[in-house]
This record gives sequence, structure tokens and C-alpha cells, in this order.
Amino acid sequence: MGKISLEVNGRKVEKEAPDNTLLSTFLREHLQLTGTHIGCDTSQCGACVVHVDGNSLKSCTALAADINGSKVTTIEGLETNGKMHPMQEAFKKLHGLQCGFCTPGMVMSAVDLLQKNKKPSDTEIRDWLEGNICRCTGYQNIVAAVKEAATKM
Amino acid sequence: MASLVGSRVERKEDKRFLTGKGRYTADINLVNQTYAIFVRSPHARASIKKINIDKALKSPGVVSILTGKEIADDKIGGLIAGWAIRSEDGTEMKCPGNPPLAKDNVNFVGDPVAVVIAESLAEAKEAAEKVEVDYKVLKAVTSTADAMNGDTIHEGIDKNLCFDWLLGDRQKVKEAFDKADKVISIDIINNRLIPNAMEPRACVADYNAASEEITLYTTSQNPHLSRLIMSAFGNVAPEHKLRVVAPDVGGGFGSKINVYNEDIVCSWAAKKINRAIKWVAERSESFLTDIHGRDHVTHAELAVTKDGKFLGFKNETIANLGAYARVFGTVTPTYLFGPCATGVYEIPAAYTNVKAVYTNTAPVDAYRGAGRPEATYTIERLVEKASMELGIDKTELRIKNFPTAFPFKQTLVHTVDSGDYVAGMEKAKQMADYKGFEARRKESEAKGKLRGIGVTSYFEACGIAPSAAVMSLGCGVGLWESAEVRFNPTGQVTVYTGSHSHGQSHQTTFAQIAADELGVPIENIDIVHGDTDKGTFGMGTYGSRSLAVGGIAIVNACKKIVEKGKRVTAKMLEANPEDVEFKDGEFIVSKSNKKKTIGEVAFACYLPGVRDEMKSPLPEGDEPGLKETSFYDPSNFSFPAGTHIAEVEIDPETGHVKLEKYTACDDFGRIINPMVVEGQVHGGLAQGIGQALYENAEYDETGQLMTGSYMDYTMPRADNFPEFNIGYTCTHATTNPLGVKGCGEAGAIAAPPTVMNAVIDALGGQEVTMPATAEKVWKACKNLKKSNAKAA
Repeated sequence: MGKISLEVNGRKVEKEAPDNTLLSTFLREHLQLTGTHIGCDTSQCGACVVHVDGNSLKSCTALAADINGSKVTTIEGLETNGKMHPMQEAFKKLHGLQCGFCTPGMVMSAVDLLQKNKKPSDTEIRDWLEGNICRCTGYQNIVAAVKEAATKM
Repeated sequence: MASLVGSRVERKEDKRFLTGKGRYTADINLVNQTYAIFVRSPHARASIKKINIDKALKSPGVVSILTGKEIADDKIGGLIAGWAIRSEDGTEMKCPGNPPLAKDNVNFVGDPVAVVIAESLAEAKEAAEKVEVDYKVLKAVTSTADAMNGDTIHEGIDKNLCFDWLLGDRQKVKEAFDKADKVISIDIINNRLIPNAMEPRACVADYNAASEEITLYTTSQNPHLSRLIMSAFGNVAPEHKLRVVAPDVGGGFGSKINVYNEDIVCSWAAKKINRAIKWVAERSESFLTDIHGRDHVTHAELAVTKDGKFLGFKNETIANLGAYARVFGTVTPTYLFGPCATGVYEIPAAYTNVKAVYTNTAPVDAYRGAGRPEATYTIERLVEKASMELGIDKTELRIKNFPTAFPFKQTLVHTVDSGDYVAGMEKAKQMADYKGFEARRKESEAKGKLRGIGVTSYFEACGIAPSAAVMSLGCGVGLWESAEVRFNPTGQVTVYTGSHSHGQSHQTTFAQIAADELGVPIENIDIVHGDTDKGTFGMGTYGSRSLAVGGIAIVNACKKIVEKGKRVTAKMLEANPEDVEFKDGEFIVSKSNKKKTIGEVAFACYLPGVRDEMKSPLPEGDEPGLKETSFYDPSNFSFPAGTHIAEVEIDPETGHVKLEKYTACDDFGRIINPMVVEGQVHGGLAQGIGQALYENAEYDETGQLMTGSYMDYTMPRADNFPEFNIGYTCTHATTNPLGVKGCGEAGAIAAPPTVMNAVIDALGGQEVTMPATAEKVWKACKNLKKSNAKAA
């Protein structure tokens, strides 16, 4: 057991957790932030992507203890004053989601893409999202949503 | 008021999904819950000699360990096949018992033998490692084609044969083939797939000792049906003491139709230990134990005249059921497959023969399209081959054999009410610039690449399943749907549907329908589903039935509301009910300015009586309240259809297949929400293209799954697809009041043959099996080079 101190979605949190607690487990089970989803056990699906110190990360690939002191943003922290982030708005407008399970990871990953590349091409978007699997949408409307968000961010 | 049906209404469900507020089963935690881990067979086929749980019981945190013996002692029933199929010789199908925890034998890798319940997940995992199972390993049967020659898996089931089923007339087919100028034949493997909904299966079972009620939260496409099966066949609890809740469900694609072992075991065990139990599948468990799809081996032949008229068709298929026959396991390769085997063509004589076999692999059941992709793949590969062998353009050959009039009495079973297949073909050709293909082929050739074009024309029988039709086929279960429309006294509406959304957008599209029918703003309409305690028994979502069956039940319930509203308005306004018209939410007495809004009528129905008028607004014979129910049993299936065209470019140096263009032109009848329909088409296409180019579930000869993770099973990614080119033609279904047909499965049905026809076209007609991986295609390119060199 060890103490995990993080700033999650702008709030300081401190919790005792076993040393082998994955960040994804810490968020879901210790902080009840269940918007971050677990879709596989091999770090392939990307449903668990969050931002750690501003960069996207599959939260199943890091131990919570290893990122002690970091700033974490999850899907729950993307709204400001109850208003959805332009990426969330674009996904809604262009039907970039169906069952919603891969969506939190997909949105967090896409937000990071636009932080790093303000006007990505279709190919760049598809390449970037290679680490996020969606079984419902065929990706087309996700790509369209990311392009739409790029015009609003 | 503008009609919402047909509009691009943004989804009501999206905000919660986009802000992390979705509530999936794995998100549910109950006070004092325990955690379950299943001990699973590592062998494909073995008998269980002994299970020793002594060490595991001493492991920290263990609450209980239960095995097949306890579940048998408690007389808990097993998993079932939902549809009875009769063999050609009149004998009934043969199904083995499938206990929720195996007691004597295990029959596939992942078959559960025990459940370990502990205070924490880590403790349950640790204890599960200490359960000692002594197996006598037996020779596994894994090959679909050879299953009938393998060792007998289930005692008393000879040749591992569940049934040997025939649809059609062998004698007529023989006569047709005798008259043929040419017979085109093909051997096909329809590769096994794993549905891979992104949310792994999960369940949380709770027992309330005071009310003696079990509540099961589970990842189901059909909670009412699950409850029925668990109660009637599983003997878990009587239905009124069992509540099944399927909250937000992260995709299904057929894999979440079944009641699974874990649902039954956790529900039963929760009562036994009087504590809540949570189980969440790891992805590897999903790979091993979710139902799989497809897995057919087929030989088919088409008899043709020299000018390309189809005369006869035969289809001999071996369908792999896996280790056990599950809910849709037996109907998928028969009634969902056979009647669609002749495709969109007039073929005077046809038969389909299916031998369904057991193997030591995961159960095979309904996966998106279920039977219809297998049927379409066979006929469309065969027709494409016929076009090559006859030297007739692939689109012309198809058009030549399309039905010329509707209703179209299809060869084997269906009467297709509506369609215009020629219009669909012409529009698809235009969208795909079919004429310009040869020029593009030359451009590719100039770059040293091989380019191919492939076509598929398909139809599918959706809106499963009209009772009268399925009863006449002898398969016993009709699948209607229910809806209940409830007005609140203050005018908002709650619609309860027996259907279930796990991505399909019911909350929005069903609300659009109700809004139009009732003239109530969409924001005042809630759609409720997924909880057996809320709303009437219903059949759930699969087989593109939500709208074509469930949607119509909503329409019918709304119409009953309007009828009552007319009677109440007439009484309130002292008019004849026949003189009251309903439009845009208002009941208007014709030829007068007297009217009542539907909100006023609802209020009057619940709070009857106007103080000074000293009379009730309720007509004699009408009860208070405004709530109506409909059980809708369709008169026929619905029949979406269309033509898809794909273009691929192959690099002969690497064998890489690039899907350059994909055009889909579908006829789904009336469209409720074009945005949602587009999404359904895209998703279906991705799964169909996945089957053609990437996905394959493979077992080795000992029955180990070689593709048991996302490292080994290729899930299509964003960079695997071009932008899809999508369009529609529209003929309204004549068998339901909305004119709708269904759209969820079309892409998965049409895409595999479309893409493979293009690949094989590029390879000069050489057969390649799905998935057309770089390795297979590279080898075919080498052969092509050799044969070209010889020709030169």
C-alpha cells in the first residue's frame, strides 16, 4: 500500500492504494470516475485513454504510483462550467458515437491530437486513432467529428 | 408542426456518453458486494476426474467456491437452444445438456467448471489459481469440415451431427441442372469471427432476502428474454422474483443475446451466499466464451443457360455450432440462412442443405447479419464467378435475373413485398463510376498495381420474426414486440419498449416516432427500456427488428392513445367522436373552432371532473388514465436490399490490399433519422470489410484459440478504411404502417462478397479465402505472374 497523490480534473486527491494499482483501476475503483472504460487486457483498445500532464495515455499502461504528483484529466473533466468541450460537441453533432463505450478514450485521444496538430488531414486523424478501437461507427463519423472540432478549437 | 421522422435529430443519449456519465454494468457497485472469478477449462475436450478446492478455500478472502456438483444438486438448469430444427429425415435435432458449470465433461477451452467468490477481485483471482481440477484430456474435434468424422463429443449424438436440414426440392433442382448449358460451382469457407463488442460481458447479481428477489444487472440485448430463459429453463427463480436490468450496454452485435453461464451462476450463487456478486469479463474471457459467428464450409452450384439465365441452385453447407447449441445457434444456419440463399434472383429451382455439427470450440450463434451474410456470400461469389465464366458483365448478369415485379415470390420461402433492385443497381453504378473503372484499372497497371472491382446485390429478411411465418416453417417461436405509451397528467410521455438499445439510438429515433404520432415535443418524451421491472415483457433487439417490429408497436400504442383522446374530446366538447380529428397534438372538432390539446386531454383523463360542469369528461365505458399498450406481431418479414460496389488495389510485391473505394446503395424503406442510419451502415460495413480483409478466429487442432487477444485477432482500425460512399433508393415496406425495413445488418451482409469479388477480380479470378491477408494475396500474385508468363 502507498499513498497516491494526484490532481484529477482540477481537484487534489489523496488515497491509499496497493502499489500494483493501475491508473485505470485507481480512477474507476478508488475515485469512482467510471467514465474511463476498460475494454481489453493488452493495452490495445484505447477505451481507457486519459490525459496525464497534458498528454494522452492509456491509463491501463501506468501504475497510479508511477505518476504520483501528476495532473490527470479524464472524460469527466472535459466540460467547463457545464458546457461540453468542442470535441464532445462535434462527436454529438456528427454522430461520432453509438454505444458510447470506446467514446471517452476516443475523445481524449482526439483532443490530444488537436493539441499537437491543429489542422490534421483525414489520414493523420486515422493514423493517430490507430490505438483506439471502435466496433460501432466504422470510424467515418469520428474522423468527421475531429475535423469539425479542429475548426472550433 | 414539422415532422421529426426523416430528420437528422441529434441523439438524446449522447451527452451522458460523452461526459462519462454512461452507466454500464461494470460501473455498478453494490454495498457489501463480492467478486467472482470463473475457473475455466484449459482443455478443449476432457472429462473431469476430480476437483479439489481445499487449498483454494483456505486462501484469504474467499467467501465461497461452487462447482458443477452444487449447481446440479440445486437443480439449476442449463443453457438452451431456442429454436427446434427438424432434419430432412423427420428426426428432431439433437442437443446436449449445457450445464452452467461443467460437472462431468468440458467441451471447449473456457468452459467454466467452478466459480470462486471472494471479498476482493485480487483475492478471488488468487484463490482461483489454487483450485485443482484433475482432467482426463480427450482428443478434440475442431475442424468444421471434418467434424462428422471425429470422435463423438456428446454421448448419443452420432457423427457430432445436430441436424441434417433441407429446404427446397432436390428433384426439381436435378431437373433444372439437367437442362443447364453450364454449371458454375464454388467451394467456400465462411470464416469464423468473434463479435468483439467493446464492452466486455459483465454481471452484478444481488439477492434481497426480505423480498426473496434476485436482481441481475447484465450486459444483455434482451433483458426480458433473459429473465424468461433463466426462470423457465434455468430454474433460477420464478419470473416475478427475478429482475433483469440491462443498463447502458456497450455494443452487442448478437453476442449479448444469449443468457450466459455467468448470468445463471452469479444469480444462483448470490442467493446462496446472500450477498451481491460482481463479475466482469477480461477481454481474453470474451474471446474464449462469447459466442462466435459464421464458420460455414459450403459447396454451391448454379445452373445457367448460355445467355445467363439462372435455372437452378444448390447449396450444401456444413455449419459449425461449436460445443453447444445456444439460443440462436440452430436457427442462424437454417431459417436465417436457407431462405436467403438464392439472393435477389429469380431461380426456378433451389435447395439448401445444412449439416450442423458440434466441435470442441466456443458456441457459434447469431453475429450481426446471422445467416444472411453467409447466404449472401455464397450466392454473390457464385454469381460473380458465373459472370467471369460466361463473359457477361457482372451488373448485366445480375439485372437479367432480378425479379421484374413485386411482391416477389422468392424461390424458397419469402414473399418480398417491395423493392426496386434495378434502380438500386443503376444508382450504385453511377455513384461508383462503374463506367470509369477500366480507365482506373489501366492507371493502376501503369503503377505496377492490380486493380479489381466487385459487386454485390443483396436482400435480407429482417424484422424477425412474424409468428405466423415462423410457425409455418415449424420452428416454434414467434417474435413480436411490445410498447407501452404512458402520458403523465401534466402532458409528458414515457414510452416503454421491449426492444433494447446498445448503440442503436432508440432514445432518439423512437422518440421521433412518438413525437410525430402524438404531437408532443421530443424533449417531453422519454424512452425507457432495459429493465424487466419497467414496462411490459418484450423480445429485445437483434435481427434488425427494433424499428420494424418495436417501432410499429409504439406507433400502434400511440394510435390507441389518439383514439381514446378523440372519444374524450368529443365528450368534453359535446361532439361526435367521428367528427374529431387529430393533428399536430390537437383534437379538433371538424367544421368548428372547438379543440383540445393532447395535454389537456391527458390532464382530463387523470383528473376528471370540472367543478362547475358537474360531469366527467370520460365517456361511458372508458376508464380514467391515458396509457395504452400494443403487442405487435408483424405479418411478414421486412426486406431491405441494395447493391454495393468495391474497388481494391493490390500491391503484388507485398500482397497488401488497399480498399480504394466502397459504394453502398441501400433501400431501407422509410428512414426515420438519416444520421443514425448512416452510422448503422458505416458500422456494418466496417464489420463486413473486417471479415473480408482482417478478422479470423482460428483454433489449432488441439482446440486452443490461436486468436485470443487483440494482439492476434485483427480488429479493424480507423486507418483500414476509405471514406464510404453511401446512398439510398427508397421503396416503402407495404407490410407495416411506417414503411420501414431495417438497416443494422446490411453492411455486414453485403461487404464481404463485395470486397472479395473485387480482390478476386484483381487476381484474375483466383480464389482466395477470407480474410484476404497480405500473405495469401501475395502468394496468389506469384501464381498470377507464373500463369501470365506461361501464357506469354
